Amino acid sequence: MQIDSRPKSFRGGEIGLVAVLALLCIFVAAQTIESAYAFPMGFGALVAAAAIFATFQRFNGRAAERPPLEIGGLPNYNFAPVKVAILFALFWGLAGMAVGVIIAFELVFPGLNIAPWFNFGRLQPLHTSAAIFGFGGDVLLATSFYVVQRTCRARLAGDLAPWFVVLGYNVFILIAGAGYLLGITERKEYAEPERYADLGLTMVWVVYLLVFLGTMFRRKEPHIFVANWFYLAFILTIAMLHVGATLAVPVSIFWSKSYVLWSYVQDAMFQGWDGHNAVGIFLTAGFLGVIYYFAPKRAERPIYSYRLSIIHFWSLIFASIWTGPRSLHFTALPGWTQTLAITFSIMLWMASWAGMINALLTLSGAWDKLRTDPVLRMLVVSVAFYGMSTFEDAAMSIRSVASLARYTGWTDGAVHSGALGWIAFASFGAIYCLIPWLWNKRELYSLRLVSWHFWIATLGIVLYITSMWVAGILQGLMWRGYAPQGALQYSFIETVAAMHPFYLIRAIGGALFLIAYCLMLYNVAMTITVSEQAAPAAQPTLQPAE
Amino acid sequence: MSSSGPPHGGSLFSGHQLLGTNPVYLVIGILVMVALGAVAEIAPLFYLKTTLEAVHGMRPYTPLELAGRNIYVREGCASCHSQMIRALRAEVERYGHSSLAAESMYDHPLQWGSKRNGPDLARVGGEHTDAWHVAHLTNPRSVAPQSIMPSYAFLMTTPLDARELVANIQTNRQVGVPYTNDMVANAMADLRAQVNPDSPEAAALLKRYPKAVVRKFNRMAADITEGDALVAYLQMLGTLVDFNLYDDKADLH
Repeated sequence: MQIDSRPKSFRGGEIGLVAVLALLCIFVAAQTIESAYAFPMGFGALVAAAAIFATFQRFNGRAAERPPLEIGGLPNYNFAPVKVAILFALFWGLAGMAVGVIIAFELVFPGLNIAPWFNFGRLQPLHTSAAIFGFGGDVLLATSFYVVQRTCRARLAGDLAPWFVVLGYNVFILIAGAGYLLGITERKEYAEPERYADLGLTMVWVVYLLVFLGTMFRRKEPHIFVANWFYLAFILTIAMLHVGATLAVPVSIFWSKSYVLWSYVQDAMFQGWDGHNAVGIFLTAGFLGVIYYFAPKRAERPIYSYRLSIIHFWSLIFASIWTGPRSLHFTALPGWTQTLAITFSIMLWMASWAGMINALLTLSGAWDKLRTDPVLRMLVVSVAFYGMSTFEDAAMSIRSVASLARYTGWTDGAVHSGALGWIAFASFGAIYCLIPWLWNKRELYSLRLVSWHFWIATLGIVLYITSMWVAGILQGLMWRGYAPQGALQYSFIETVAAMHPFYLIRAIGGALFLIAYCLMLYNVAMTITVSEQAAPAAQPTLQPAE
Repeated sequence: MSSSGPPHGGSLFSGHQLLGTNPVYLVIGILVMVALGAVAEIAPLFYLKTTLEAVHGMRPYTPLELAGRNIYVREGCASCHSQMIRALRAEVERYGHSSLAAESMYDHPLQWGSKRNGPDLARVGGEHTDAWHVAHLTNPRSVAPQSIMPSYAFLMTTPLDARELVANIQTNRQVGVPYTNDMVANAMADLRAQVNPDSPEAAALLKRYPKAVVRKFNRMAADITEGDALVAYLQMLGTLVDFNLYDDKADLH
């Protein structure tokens, strides 16, 4: 524990950055000639001003010394940013899923489109960004900051830095998402934000990496826990992808538009690369970190095999990157990249199943808990969905399958069996674990509600993915259907009309998933406000580092 | 359970101790592993000759087409419409010749798309009349009763904001689109000329941008609207390369 006897003074990071940002935003907002651009800039200035005010407030309230790293020999954990990130995750989950349900219904009843802001084309990227980067990203921020502290037995590095990461990240999502509705987008799938928002994210991400690494350097355990490998790989690789895929030249500082540096096959490759790995790395490596910590913790069993963890980790991050072009079969992208992508997709399937087996066998001797603990059931079912969707991804990377499935609803089905079954269930499991731990409660408000959440959400997923499988295969077959005379049998509009009942079932499935999610929101709110305080001894014991 | 801890002894896995106990080595290991795939698949695309095939007929977008393309991007049309005809018999018969890489050589970024809630648009140019496009964008169900497309009526009444058009063209030039000085200098004149076929500037426009469609696309408004720009873009999609002259076998050596 360091003792700082100097008089109270501002620390380096306390005002510098936000002050510069505030001035820049005000300057740009005042000069912009485009009305839509004034909103994100004005909002950015407002947030930066609020951040300066909050920093001064905090300065007045805080002690002269930095908070001690340890109190009485135990680590003095910094969980406040974790709590805030969890609450943001809950907000973005609601927003992302609600928008998802709205756009699903827009495809059934096109009259629901409200031009221009709430047309399908503008809302659809908001759905993916809010769900993947808002909900998924905040879950990853929260769990990574929690897990790295617990498993390293060290206080989170940085004083304001973790706050900058959590708040800055969410401001980025809000500015990017509002931008889509206002028509500000690069329209690269999974990398839609315009350049100014991308720059903001880059700053946040660098600080995120530093905070994470800084905490690892403080660790008391010689070994770095497996979950932290996955989190670290996720942070590093997303940094690389983000910079590579979003290099763009702005038209002017006073105009939101920018032009991506790449065109042609290079852009296709970057887009396939980023689009696939936004899923492959963001949604897989990161969430494997979640599973590797929360599943053994909740089951109170050690991870089945350390060696399998090593194999899983390195083979996953190695193979994942190569699979980018697998969704571009028969396109103008060179054939050799497509062949490489198929090869590595099959290898990735093997790697993924190594991880699935490792996670499932962790339950050896604790399988009975699946009957009694719905939270553990969510975590385990998420691993099963992980296995299923990695198999489906590998199958869909085969040329003959892709020729049928590509561009159809099957893609939606495959993506959502991963997004809802694997990612969302893993997140729900982690959130149900974290809420009582963070708010120091004995247990969740209601385990019965968790059970209801599980079953309603599962029903929603089943409706969603089965309807989209049927829709996708039907549409793919209709597009290639020939009449006996040798001409194409169906006009395109006939294949659209054939989708109507399946799109309706899909929308209902999504709505069920959303309703179940609201049960979780209620349960979480009641746990935080009503549930009984835990006795100090009931705090979770420290996780021995692997 | 017995193997849950870090193993010791002379196996391959004990070598992992180095990575498993030192964050710096771990960072380096991760970066090497992920960079391999990235470098191997992306780097060759920047120099392989067969990949960077130049095709006769490709030209930069006219100012009006570029503005239309930006509206296409802004409205997220690619959420439902691909611009990539795959080399499959049924697709070629439905939409036309399979898309060439070179046909998106001036697209920053390209709009190949990943879902077809609506048909592919890579060769929609010339498929329909301007009036059809205007009616369809205004109320899709007026021309296709089963359509699920949103209405884009507002495009037909919104004047085109061309204040930053020249800067847009210059930025395209910076990222590699071969706009000439002549094209930049006459951008505003070309914009007006493309909806004004009787003007003397129309001939100069056609000289700078061969095969450009010069018409008043949206006859519902006298000014240049966003609808004019979008329809101008749709009407040129896939029309630049002449497939009667294009040699399919040229790539297959």
